[in-house]
Amino acid sequence: MSITLKVNGQSHTVDVDPTTPLLYVLSDDLQLNGPKFGCGLGQCGACTVISKGQAIRSCVTPVSMVAGGEITTLEGLGTVEKPHPIQQAFIQEQAAQCGFCLSGVILTAKAYLDRNPKANEAEIRQAMSGVLCRCASNTRMLKAITRYAQEVKA
Amino acid sequence: MNRRSFLKGSGALVVSFSMARVAEELGLAPGALGAQRLDGASSNQLDAWISVNGDGSITAFTGKCEIGQGLYTAQTQLVAEELCVPFNRVKLIQCDTALCPDQGTTSGQQSHPTNFNEGSLALAGATAREALVTMAATRLGVPADQLTVKDGVVSARNDASKRVTYVELVGNRKFNLTLNRNAKRKPHAEWTVLGTPVPRVELPAMVTGGFEFVHNVRVPGMLHGRVVRPPARNATLVSVDEGSVAGMPGVVKVVTRKNFVGVVAEKPWQAIQAAARLKVAWANGGALPAQRDLHTRLRADTQTRDTKPVDAGEVDAAFSGTARVVKASYVYPYQMHASMGTACAVADVQGEKATIWAASQAVWPLRSSTAQVLGLKPENVHVVFKQGPGCYGINGADTVSYDAALLSQAVGKPVRVQLMRKDEMAWENYGLAFAIDERAALDANGTITAWSYEGWSPTLGGRPGPNNPGNQVTGLLAGFDPQPFQPRTPAPAPNAFSNNDNAVPNYVTGLVNGRASGTGKIATQRVLSHTVRSTFLTGPLRAPARIQNTFAHESFIDEVAASLKADPVEYRLRHLSDPRLIAVVNASAKAANWRARPSPNAARRGAVASGRGVACVLYEGDNGYCSLIAEVDVRLDTGLVAVKRFVIAADVGPISNPDGLKNQLEGGALQGLSRTLLEEVTWDEEKVTSIDWRTYKPLYLGAEIPKIEIVLLDQPDGEAMGAGETSITVVPAAIANAVFDATGVRIRQVPVTPERVKAALASRT
Repeated sequence: MSITLKVNGQSHTVDVDPTTPLLYVLSDDLQLNGPKFGCGLGQCGACTVISKGQAIRSCVTPVSMVAGGEITTLEGLGTVEKPHPIQQAFIQEQAAQCGFCLSGVILTAKAYLDRNPKANEAEIRQAMSGVLCRCASNTRMLKAITRYAQEVKA
Repeated sequence: MNRRSFLKGSGALVVSFSMARVAEELGLAPGALGAQRLDGASSNQLDAWISVNGDGSITAFTGKCEIGQGLYTAQTQLVAEELCVPFNRVKLIQCDTALCPDQGTTSGQQSHPTNFNEGSLALAGATAREALVTMAATRLGVPADQLTVKDGVVSARNDASKRVTYVELVGNRKFNLTLNRNAKRKPHAEWTVLGTPVPRVELPAMVTGGFEFVHNVRVPGMLHGRVVRPPARNATLVSVDEGSVAGMPGVVKVVTRKNFVGVVAEKPWQAIQAAARLKVAWANGGALPAQRDLHTRLRADTQTRDTKPVDAGEVDAAFSGTARVVKASYVYPYQMHASMGTACAVADVQGEKATIWAASQAVWPLRSSTAQVLGLKPENVHVVFKQGPGCYGINGADTVSYDAALLSQAVGKPVRVQLMRKDEMAWENYGLAFAIDERAALDANGTITAWSYEGWSPTLGGRPGPNNPGNQVTGLLAGFDPQPFQPRTPAPAPNAFSNNDNAVPNYVTGLVNGRASGTGKIATQRVLSHTVRSTFLTGPLRAPARIQNTFAHESFIDEVAASLKADPVEYRLRHLSDPRLIAVVNASAKAANWRARPSPNAARRGAVASGRGVACVLYEGDNGYCSLIAEVDVRLDTGLVAVKRFVIAADVGPISNPDGLKNQLEGGALQGLSRTLLEEVTWDEEKVTSIDWRTYKPLYLGAEIPKIEIVLLDQPDGEAMGAGETSITVVPAAIANAVFDATGVRIRQVPVTPERVKAALASRT
């Protein structure tokens, strides 16, 4: 079945089984490195992308559900030369160890703060409660998110 | 790709080299190297480590890899420092078996000591700089001691017009030198790159999504495989109904080898669906021993392998003749690595040759063990390291490489395999369970006069090393045996001191054959370790055996102090002799504003009790000092423990990258918190039941976390030591001690769950 997706501003048409989780279309058909398979169960966040302003788990979202829609992956925020402010905040705080979880951490935080720019620290933590960093970079990641939150407010 | 074409591609022209295998260098038969401790043997040829390229850049080759600990950046700093070039002029190639010196396994926080002291990569850098200066002296007609080096240019101190660049001296050519054992490292006082908080090289690419993990390796014509693991621990394969997936779109082949089953398809989702739908008949093996009996069975097992790293004699006499004896027992569960991403590898097996892209910590052992699995010659297997999710020890990175290799061999095309979450969690090599008995004899002043430790832990498999693929699940299923368990009782008498994974407590002298190598003052000492055969595969998990032993020792010294109404810090110091261990304990106490008083805290009241606890370690007896103070709140109604503050003092010798070091200490401490409060592998009569993040609970980003304060004790003239496993080692005891300080109840079992704390509180009243 032919499905059209707009990913990071670019239109793509792929011929796939419509039940295929979005993650495999992004990582295999479109060869994007950002979204990753962590658990395949929607429990960790590694596969997170943004759709309609919401952070969604692409490993449990059939591609047919987002057909025609716009998807933003970690690659869609900024580049190495010109990172998005939240990406810049993670670089400034050196907020990672292995880096495998970053799609979930950055995109979940961004989607939440874009909708809730006045969120306090406890609310931010609540928003991140289903996101895992197995290296336990919690301290630095929360600092980076808070730094970005302050920039959003300003 | 060979080294020659690789370097050509990167702008250099270096003649290919022949890197003799470690075993050959040592004159050993293939397979004779059973252990993974090949560190430092590597290569004595300078060209194996360093290449000066025609554009003035430096390519360095290392056998120690990045696993999230910041080593890629730190090693790049080291090379830039020793060669006196800017950081961004160094390109580091890590752990490619065709390109890099064989440095065995990246593990056990051994990389900093191995590559940052007087050998290996550091020595290569120093050798190269000295060689370049010597060449410049000849070229310029200026004595070497009147030359200075900056940014890859050697010039006369007194005449800047006399100058020559590295490129002019050796650009695009080989050094043709052996490592010079007398080459001098650049003095710490002259460091400009090392010792500074250089940001992680990979981070910009990681936060913007483009970074290529092993999961993102894409080879032309690549197919996708998934494995079908048995439904129960002891199940064996009866039959596979290939017809059950016949006609499914994209399915290429069903592959079986003894108990190994996998499917190959054109696309990942097709492979996942086919693996789920494939009808496989399994014969159920024997039942698993009950989880609740784990520690009783450990102690009761009569087939044990015994090790006695210290035994002063007279220990039993000391306990029978003394005024007072304190005893306590501690238990620790199986825990798992449970990496953020499930393991992934790409293999391309073409006839007699194979290429494997893997996130293995041990690419050289993986090369030979994969060759064994495939029936190929090791020299025809090329393993290319690609970064993966943090592994924290032997996760699925090696076993999935075997999976990919077997499937690729069966279809003759490159195959990418990523494990499903349950396939990895139910079958990985778990961190060791432990049961430990501690005893101390006290004199009339309350000073410990004798210490006895006896510990039991189960083991099966482990790192495959060069020739034991059966040490991991894929090899096991494909018909290879794990390395044999060899009982040995009684333990031979110690003849040289071994810390034995911190089975030796901090507080004993470590006296063996007249030489005291321990960190404490207690002379009458015995340490007896038993390993028994494990039900499940086991393997090193961050601070293996060290975290379990330290939980027991550092809880126990606290119990003894409490029984004497002594302050826990003061009581530790009374029994320590090592000045650097004493220094980290004092530094942590000072930073935490520790006030001397005995535990428990008499001032507690209300629904929440607050307490503090300390624990310290010299990791493995010689590789990194750490002391950690935990402050906790305990809810007396639910037993819930909230850790409010960690104060960490660390001494790892000269600090290569202070921010990287802090990152490791913070991450280690919080992962330690996760392991202390939450993590435990569970199973039923036939299978492991910890198979996802609901059934094996980790610390999520929403969790309330302690404020972390870190004190770094730099030792410019000391030896470089490890840092990645020190802070995690002391967390369980520090938290358990803080819970005791808060509540007066002693938790002698990890994880410290609310249920256990609540039950202990209830039995107290």
